[in-house]
Amino acid sequence: MQHEQKEAAPQPASDAGETDTLAGSWGILSTLPGHPMMWILIVSEILVFGGAFIAFAGTRLADPELFRASQDHLDRLAGAINTMVLLTSGLCAALAVNAMAEAKVHIARRWLAAASALGVVFLAVKMVEYSTKLGAGLTPTANSFFTLYYLTTGFHALHVIAGILILAIVSWKASLETIEIGTTFWHMVDLVWVLLFPVVYLMR
Amino acid sequence: MKYETQKIALAYFAVAMALFAIQVLGGLIAGYVYVFPNTLSELVPFNILRMLHTNSLIVWLLLGFFGAAYYLVPEEAEREIESPMLAYLQLAIFVLGTLGVVVTYLFDLFNGNPFLGKDGREFLEQPYWVKLGIVVAALIFLYNISMTVLKGRKTAITNVLLLGLWGIAIFFLFSLYNPKNLVLDKMFWWYVVHLWVEGVWELVMASILAYLMLKMTGVDREVVEKWLYAIVALSLFTGLLGTGHHYYWIGTPAYWQWIGSIFSSLEILPFFAMVLFTFTMVWKRKREHPNSAALLWSLGCAVLAFFGAGVWGFLHTLHFVNYYSHGTQVTPAHGHLAFFGAYVSLNLAIITYAMPQLLGRTPYNQVLNMVSFWVMSGAMAFMTFTLTFAGIVQTHLQRVRGENFMDVQDQISIFYDMRLLSGVIVVIGAFLFIYSVFVPRSGEVIAKTGVAPAE
Repeated sequence: MQHEQKEAAPQPASDAGETDTLAGSWGILSTLPGHPMMWILIVSEILVFGGAFIAFAGTRLADPELFRASQDHLDRLAGAINTMVLLTSGLCAALAVNAMAEAKVHIARRWLAAASALGVVFLAVKMVEYSTKLGAGLTPTANSFFTLYYLTTGFHALHVIAGILILAIVSWKASLETIEIGTTFWHMVDLVWVLLFPVVYLMR
Repeated sequence: MKYETQKIALAYFAVAMALFAIQVLGGLIAGYVYVFPNTLSELVPFNILRMLHTNSLIVWLLLGFFGAAYYLVPEEAEREIESPMLAYLQLAIFVLGTLGVVVTYLFDLFNGNPFLGKDGREFLEQPYWVKLGIVVAALIFLYNISMTVLKGRKTAITNVLLLGLWGIAIFFLFSLYNPKNLVLDKMFWWYVVHLWVEGVWELVMASILAYLMLKMTGVDREVVEKWLYAIVALSLFTGLLGTGHHYYWIGTPAYWQWIGSIFSSLEILPFFAMVLFTFTMVWKRKREHPNSAALLWSLGCAVLAFFGAGVWGFLHTLHFVNYYSHGTQVTPAHGHLAFFGAYVSLNLAIITYAMPQLLGRTPYNQVLNMVSFWVMSGAMAFMTFTLTFAGIVQTHLQRVRGENFMDVQDQISIFYDMRLLSGVIVVIGAFLFIYSVFVPRSGEVIAKTGVAPAE
């Protein structure tokens, strides 16, 4: 089998200049910071949350009165506090990347810890919100608004938990690349909340 | 072929092709019953025909996967299969189980017996003893393949293949669990049915396609591996929670409607990625592989899977659409093209690639094989269209206008006539394929190297 043997042969050096080099083979993803696989995940996540927002808009269109009445049960202050908490957390994550770029590992780790701690604050506020809602009988199956409220915020909260774990891992295995990968994910969690908060809590 | 134990694949492919023949003939008879409803109604009722059609499909596809694993793992791991004896024992168990299933179904033996009689659940009708046999055979297989890989070279292709094959075995265990509560029964039933075809089977599909692309296009392994990882990530990301699209109307909480709608809409992505992958690899190819037919099947597999599984799946996956279309002919339209595109074509691709080497011949009967691709694919596409139209008309008459089921069936009978016709052509294509891979001819027509298909 002639073609079988060809595969084992080393590739000629001239081929490396084409698009098949290690760095270039991810296409446009290669130009982004962090690992391209993280960007595939982020695009997928944005599609999922985008789908959820479309679902929210469509369901709201079918029964605007129910959505208005249900939305009044949400704690806008808690949502606003959480928005500030998560944005500040995003700043800490960005500062961690800056510190790591200057090879200051200890400072980078400190910023990552701060970002994670604010993530925990976010989850704590979220838990208080959930327990108040559940205590008032507003469960995920109460009506179509609360089904989507719990789905979107719950799915987002799961990503905050995942993000904290990822930040812990990149803090442990600290390098500029790993911290870029971890903080990119964290910014995605951040971004989704900034879109989710006005859509679910504020928009009338 | 570099390794002696790759020959094991030949036995698996042979049994798979025999079952393929039985499967398409079963489908043909079932399609005939749609047109002439009382055919065989006493001897082999329609529900039994349908069981034979679906069960033989699943078994031959699995045998094809096993054969593919025995063929490609030695080359990837760079060593012989751990135990050829165990591989043949595994095949023998499968053949025994399959014969047991066929005999039990046809003669309705041991009706009601929980161990020997047929189980009532759709697609998992196999008697309990056969299910246990499948588990034993799967364990033998996993031991054999895992040991071969563990002691040899580990590549992304074998890693993903093993992940998929282990997943197949693990999720099959849910077939042994049959809770009394009908909601829970259905919920776990989908752990086998959905998480197989829209989860772990996709991993097997991606890894076999990656192997074929690596061998036939000569593109660097690193590039192939990146695509493979991206496809696998997309499959799992969308497919696992995509299970929700089966939980709309079975009694599970309403939030599944949104989980299912959103995630399963995205299930099209891994299939689209596979189209991009195979075509990009062929465009960037560094060699002209003589086996054009295998390349045609590989590209066809990706494209038909994208349409059958991806587009036709999306067609009725949103819960507010499915509310009307559920259980109409839209479902078999999707089912036929998805299975044919994704898994039948995949098996036929690896068989087309491997057979000339297993039989020690240069690629032969290429033209006939390629003819069979177009015959089968064309007829299957036609069948998909007729069933889709039947399903749309049925949805309107039955679900929107509220007409009686049987009255509606009378009104869409023309689509069943056309489906039977396309079924005849699919069967002809299937037999052409089987003939072309097994029977060498003197004065063979061999496709010219350098004429790459789809370009």
